[in-house]
Parts: sequence; structure tokens; C-alpha cells
Amino acid sequence: MEPVAVVGVGMTAMRRERREDGYADLVYEAVRLALEDAGMTIDQVDNVVTVSNDFFDGRTISSMAVQDACGSYDKNVSTVEGDGTFGAFYGLMRILSGSFGTTLVCAHHKGSESVMPLITNAMFEPVYERFLGAEAVTSSALQARAYMDKFGVTEEECALVSVKNHGNAFRNPLAQLPLELTVEEVMSSPYVAEPLKVLDCCPISDGASAVILASAEVAEKITSKPVWVKGVAHCCDAYHLGDRDLSDARALRDAARRAYSMAGISDPRREIDLVELYDAFSYMELMWLEGLGFCGPGEGGKLTASGATAPEGEIPVNPSGGCLSGHPVLVAGLNRIIECVLQISGEAGERQVDGVRTAVAHGINGPCGQSHCVWVLGGEK
Amino acid sequence: MGKRVAVVGVGMTKQRSSRPDVTGQELINEAVRAALEDAGISRRDIDAVVIGNMDHFEGINYVDTWSVDGSGALMKPIMKLTTGGTTGTTVAMAAYYHVASGLFDRVLAIGWEKNSESDTTGAIITAFDPFWDRPIFAGAVAGLALEATQYMHLTGATEEDAAYVAARERRHALNNPYAHLHINLTIEDIMNSPYLSWPVKMGDMCPRTDGACAVIFASEDVVDEFPSQPAWILAVADRHLWAYTSDPYVNQALENGWWFPALEWAAGEVYDKVGIRDPLKEIDVAELYLPYSFAGLRYMESLGFCERGGGPALVRSGATDMGGECPVNPSGGVMSSNAIGATGLLRVAECALQIQGRAGDRQVPEVKIALATGFGGCFWSDVLLMGREMPEKPRG
Amino acid sequence: MEDWRKGQEIVVMEGRIKVPYRWAAGEVGTRYLQALRDERKFLGTRCPGCGIVYHPPRRHCPDCGRECAEWVELGDRGTLVSYTVVHRHHPQLSPLPLPFGYGIVKLEGADTGFLHLLYEFGEGELEAGLPVEAVFAEEREGSVLDVRYFRPLREVG
Repeated sequence: MEPVAVVGVGMTAMRRERREDGYADLVYEAVRLALEDAGMTIDQVDNVVTVSNDFFDGRTISSMAVQDACGSYDKNVSTVEGDGTFGAFYGLMRILSGSFGTTLVCAHHKGSESVMPLITNAMFEPVYERFLGAEAVTSSALQARAYMDKFGVTEEECALVSVKNHGNAFRNPLAQLPLELTVEEVMSSPYVAEPLKVLDCCPISDGASAVILASAEVAEKITSKPVWVKGVAHCCDAYHLGDRDLSDARALRDAARRAYSMAGISDPRREIDLVELYDAFSYMELMWLEGLGFCGPGEGGKLTASGATAPEGEIPVNPSGGCLSGHPVLVAGLNRIIECVLQISGEAGERQVDGVRTAVAHGINGPCGQSHCVWVLGGEK
Repeated sequence: MGKRVAVVGVGMTKQRSSRPDVTGQELINEAVRAALEDAGISRRDIDAVVIGNMDHFEGINYVDTWSVDGSGALMKPIMKLTTGGTTGTTVAMAAYYHVASGLFDRVLAIGWEKNSESDTTGAIITAFDPFWDRPIFAGAVAGLALEATQYMHLTGATEEDAAYVAARERRHALNNPYAHLHINLTIEDIMNSPYLSWPVKMGDMCPRTDGACAVIFASEDVVDEFPSQPAWILAVADRHLWAYTSDPYVNQALENGWWFPALEWAAGEVYDKVGIRDPLKEIDVAELYLPYSFAGLRYMESLGFCERGGGPALVRSGATDMGGECPVNPSGGVMSSNAIGATGLLRVAECALQIQGRAGDRQVPEVKIALATGFGGCFWSDVLLMGREMPEKPRG
Repeated sequence: MEDWRKGQEIVVMEGRIKVPYRWAAGEVGTRYLQALRDERKFLGTRCPGCGIVYHPPRRHCPDCGRECAEWVELGDRGTLVSYTVVHRHHPQLSPLPLPFGYGIVKLEGADTGFLHLLYEFGEGELEAGLPVEAVFAEEREGSVLDVRYFRPLREVG
């Protein structure tokens, strides 16, 4: 893969409700911040990929509403419906094709404007599954149970993830939910769907983000410290929950294997310095850590309990606070990329982890992490 | 540097008003199996899948992950794109960029819709801004009628001029066994059909359709593996201008004299890349997303097939009929089949078949260069130029 | 100049996507739902290549792509693969009074699991591998809710 860099990032604060701003306003804010970060004007951007979902926006062709805000006027532009990591992947390919030098990728979400369970229920097959009323939380509970049963992972080990990530959020001014928690507090929060408790679940959020990708030729003119895309891949598992072994994130393992191979990584635990992964629920952080190859199957809980994933640990995971501390859907994957970029370029402020050279960002689509996208980012070309 | 990309396999379902015999996944699978068979490969040979439709027509969220049983994306990368009417061409462009990037050699593009499963207008109404447009003005027909009246006002074109386009599309569809409407409407029939929103009549509009289309894109490195002649992508471009319904009507005529800027700018970009100077002469066949008859006048002008206001005379001259200088929509076009998410991709599939000389009764002789377009959103345009000769170098 | 935003209460428009849907079950789905409705029977289809019995039935194998033309009658009992007890749910989505369960049930004769509801279970009774049985509705209409739910298998007598 020819070198492509992230040259600018911008994100709005994640908040429970940004009633004063429409979603196009949020996109405008994120795009403006990304352009400022890159030191570019919108005229220097030669194509755009927007990310949106018609269900969440309550609007058909929801990307229509952000065309002004993202500055796509008289540019080639397209729209990916899915997590921001997938949208950014399309943006990357448009540069690799040789047709474009810079892609602006933006995503938005206003969870405050709709009813989340009614929308995630629409992921389920209309003839066989939808009338049962399953949605994101209850289906994830089935996955959590399957995973915990198989490996003997405990609710306390999952709770450690909530404690860590909400704690990390104190050092991220854009996070929505910094919380000082103990394992006992997580354990005593009420069950939503066993084994998931309120404090195992991500919040509902409003927010937008943008990243600017550029070819090496453009990147090296624009910025003195580009962050390079070393490898990216995605992969999708079976659809029906009953077709899958929910305790095994095989699609993630496949995506990680291919992304690592592109990046020349053979020992992720040793070669990767930081991870930002899609922890929509606390158990997911453990499962995805295993799928990403940072520990063996079923060992995510022990790795977390050892402190290795804390900001000062051997392999910090979600120093930003993760999705548990702010979860604008679709935007969330871009936020993972953005945190990796900030950490690699030494611009992560109070939460800066020392010596981050290579970082992994991760996003998901569909129920129970059916589809995974893995990005490896690095400071060297 | 990017890879050159060709279409090497095409599959489509017969376009029908309703397909209750299959679910959406099964409908998709019908097109996918046809495309794989056409390309002589199996699901396992596919490196990545791109899929598109419009969410509210079937009410299915995360169609990429839902589709797996039908799309064949099990343990493969799959990505969903959606841009309204342009979805099918957007998916084709995404498949193009997947391959051109060098990351994937064989990419399956899928566009589909089961419009029978919802209230199409009820869903389209939600495309409009909830504060400014939705309470007052919405739906596809009224929006097109505004364009038509503006065009008639600016050029003196008549309803009968538009009826010429509609009659051509219906006539051409008779040659296409996959088309939804096989009705030989005369100009008189169209003129006598009831008004939906003046000046647009029933006979001027597209139907709503159930259908799917799958197209396999391959890189120059593997194109020899496939049995049929490659149909090369010469260039792609799009413009998705504007966010509000009222924008196009104000801006189209007034802004620097542009007629339909999204189409003019996107077409201009692909013409520049390929070196097309006289589109009517140099392009051998066009499969255009004409959602209604008046588009078949104005778009001729925006595509540079004739001068402004020249659309009616061009169409009446027979230049766009079968046997004319540049036949438009030998398939019968969108006015004969409109499974919205599939519609744009069908234009690309039809161009590929024309280039390969496999278009059966609708074949135009000696097609070297073909033009496909997509229309949607707020008068957005996607344009793809395809050809028989491999381009000298990759050029997006 | 005074800030016009001061003390402002933001206007919020209430709305709803008003689109009715009519999802066709297709030929394969229709045969399945008819058997459920008329005979209280679960049917799967077998892939001739992989040998997998899919439940719900598939027309074509998602993996090898072959047509799954062979119908297989499944038991109305099975084992629990995974489960959850739901304590909070959106009222529009709850088909049963809280707390109820969701389970993935592998029916006798099937190779894949089936998402459905769980009810009539005791506290702490649910566990992976638990035998469960389908409880059919008296009035059946040809939908997955013709099975009201699955419950732990009761010993006969």
C-alpha cells in the first residue's frame, strides 16, 4: 500500500444532548476543527466522504442535509452508511486509486433526537427476529453471556473496564461521562439485560467528527508530523445470531490479521503501543482485545485486572475514555482513529501516553460486532 | 499508482412490480448468483462486497450486515453506501475505487430495492428537511414537476416534447426481457394519461419496482481470468450539490448560467479525463438515469449532446432512438424499471453488456464508448464513462 | 448588543417516520411459517454441500452458495446456547411482561441456533445447555410469535 497519512482531525464535544445545534451544525464544527488542525482551507480538500445513517437521522438520504456543512460543493463526494472506520477506509481507497490527493471524512450522530432501541431493533431480520423485540443491548447481553460462560470471565472483570474507561474520561475534555467508579458500584448498578448492568453500557450521545487523509505527496507539504496509515482491513461474520459462535470474534481476528500483515506487525502486544477499540459494552473491550491478538482467548479479563490496559500500563486501551464515556454511533469509530492520531503526534494533552509510535483503532457494524474494521496507525512512513 | 478497472460480470433479476416469492436477501442472492455465474467464479473468489439501497424503503438498518446470506459476504469485507437515487452508481463508483486502490482484485457491487414492501412516497417524503420542507412540500413527483415547469418556461419546450422521451423509453423496453414495464405507450397515450402534478403525467413517470443488480469489478491484474471481454471504466465523477429542496430551482438557471450544474460539472470532469469533445458523436450508447420524461430533454443539453433548449429537437430527430447517432436507454431506462437502489447500477450493467456485445435484442452495434449516469438527492449526478479499450493509464 | 441566545428555549419538532412495511416471507419463509401455524412444526433446510441444517431455513447456503432444497423437520425441543434475562426494555418492543428472557436455542436436528423468547423460568434456572421446549400459541397466525416462547423442559407427568 502506498503511504497515506492523517493530516487533520476535528471532533466536537460528545454530550447527551446538543439541542442548540442541528447535526449539520455539528458537522460544520468538526470539519472546521479538522481543517484548522491541518492548516488547510476547504478548497484544498479534493473529495469528501460523509458518514450517516438514515434511521438515526430520521431522514431518507440523510447525507443530503450535511452537503453544505461538509463543504462538498463542486467536489466528488460519497456517503458510507456504517461506522466511521469504514467511511475512512473508503476515503483512504479513493486516495490510493490515484484520483485524489486529500479526502475529508466526516460523521455525525444525534442520539438525542431518536429512540435508540427502536432503531437498533431494525437491525434484526423482519420475518424471523424483529417481532421478538431484540435490539443492541439485549443481543449484546446474549453475546456477553456466551463469552463469559465459555471462558469463565466474571462480571467483576467486565466492571474493571467501566471503572478504567470512565476514569480515563476525566482527562478528555470532549468526553461525555467521566465517572469516578468502583467495581462495587458497577456491580450494584441495576441489570438492563443480564449480565449487562447500566454501568456496563455506553451512553446515548450527540457529536460529530472529521478526519482529513492525504497522499504522501500532499501530506508532507501540509504538515511536519503526519500520522501514517500502516494497515487497514475489515471483515463481516454471519448475520443470524444463531449462525455465529457469539463468544468468538473470528471476523475481528481475520480483519486484524490482514491489517497487521499490511503493517508488518507479527507480535501486536510488543509492537503496538496503544489501542482505541469499540467498547459499546464493557465486555466488548475484553473480547476485542483478544480478537486483536493482545492476549489469548478468554484472557482479556486477567489482562485488564493486571493493570496492563491502564493509561500507565504496558498496553493502554481507550485512554480517551472509549465509547463507554461517549458514544455517538458512526462517529465513534472516527473518534477511535482521532485518539490514536493525537496520541501518536503527542497532542493528547493530559492523557498523553509516553512513547506512542504505533496505535490500533477499531470500529464495528451490526449486532454484536458482526463486522469489524481495524486500523494500524504509526508515526513513521 | 492506481489500478485500471473493468466490469467482468453482470447479474440482474427480472425487474417486477412485486416479488413476494423471495425475501430481500433472496432477491439479492438471485442477482449475485447470476453475476458470479456470468463471471465464471464462485463466492469464495470475491475479495470484497459493496452494497446499496435506501433504508426507509424496506425499513432494514445495517443492510450490509443483514445482507450476508444473500450478498455472499460471509467472512469478507462488506461496506454499505447510500445516496438516494444515485445509490446504484455510487455503489459502482465505490467498487471502482476498491479495485483502483490496489487493495482488492475482485469486488462485487450490489444495488437492490423491494419497493413493494413499503410506501415509496411515504419514505421519500422523509428525505426533505423536517423544519423547512417536510411540512409543506415533499415527494418525488412534485419536485420533478417544479423542474419541468422551469424548463418549459426557459425554453418553450412542451409536454408533447417530453412525451416523445417517454414513448421512446417504453418502446425500447420491449427489447429488454428484464424490464418491468412492457407497455408500448404512444405519444397520444402519454398525453392522455392523468396528471400527477402538472405538467407531469402518469405516462411521464417511472414505476416502482422490486429488483436487484450485481456487477463484478476486476483489476487489470486479474482481468484475463474472466471469460467475457472486459468493459473498462474510463472515468468516474460525481457532484452532490445542495442540501435543500428549493436550492436547485433557484440556482440551476441563475448561477452563472449553469443549466444543471451537478450533471454538467460531473460530465465535464469525465469528458476532460477521457478527452471527449463531441459527446453525441463520440459516445456510442448512453444509459441515463431519467426518472421522468422531461429529464430526457434537459439532460441531453447538460451532457453536451446539444445546445441549451435543443433537447426537444434532438429527441424528435431520432438521434437518441435505436439506430440513431447515440441511442439513449436501449434497456428502456428508469421509466421502465425503477428498483431505486438497483437503478444506477443497472445503467452500469447495461453499458457493460453493450460494450461486450451481449445486450441481445437491445444491442447497439459497435459500442466502443458508453455513458452511464445516476440521478438522486437534491438533483445530484453521478457519471461513469466506460469503454472497450483498456485506458492507457489509470485516471479515476 | 444583548445576546439573543440568552434565556432561549430551543424549539423541538416532534416527528415520526410514518412508513408502513409489508415484508414478504418469500416461498421458503412462507412454508416455514405455515408449518409453524398449521402443524406446530419447525422446519429447517439442509445444505447439500456443507451438510449444515439451517434454522431458520435458508434458500441457498450462505457459505458455499448451493441451493438448500432438502427440508428437515426439527424437534420442538432444544438446548439453550446463550440467554439473557431482560429487566429494562422499551415498552414498544417488549412482547412479554418483564422480566422475560431472550435465548439462542439449538433445536433437535438443527445445526444453527434460533433467537427467541424465554419465559416460565425460575431465578437462576437458566444456563447454557439447559433443555428447553417451545410453547405454542393457541391462536396462530403464521409468525414467529406463533411460538409464544421457550421454557425449561418440564419432565412429563
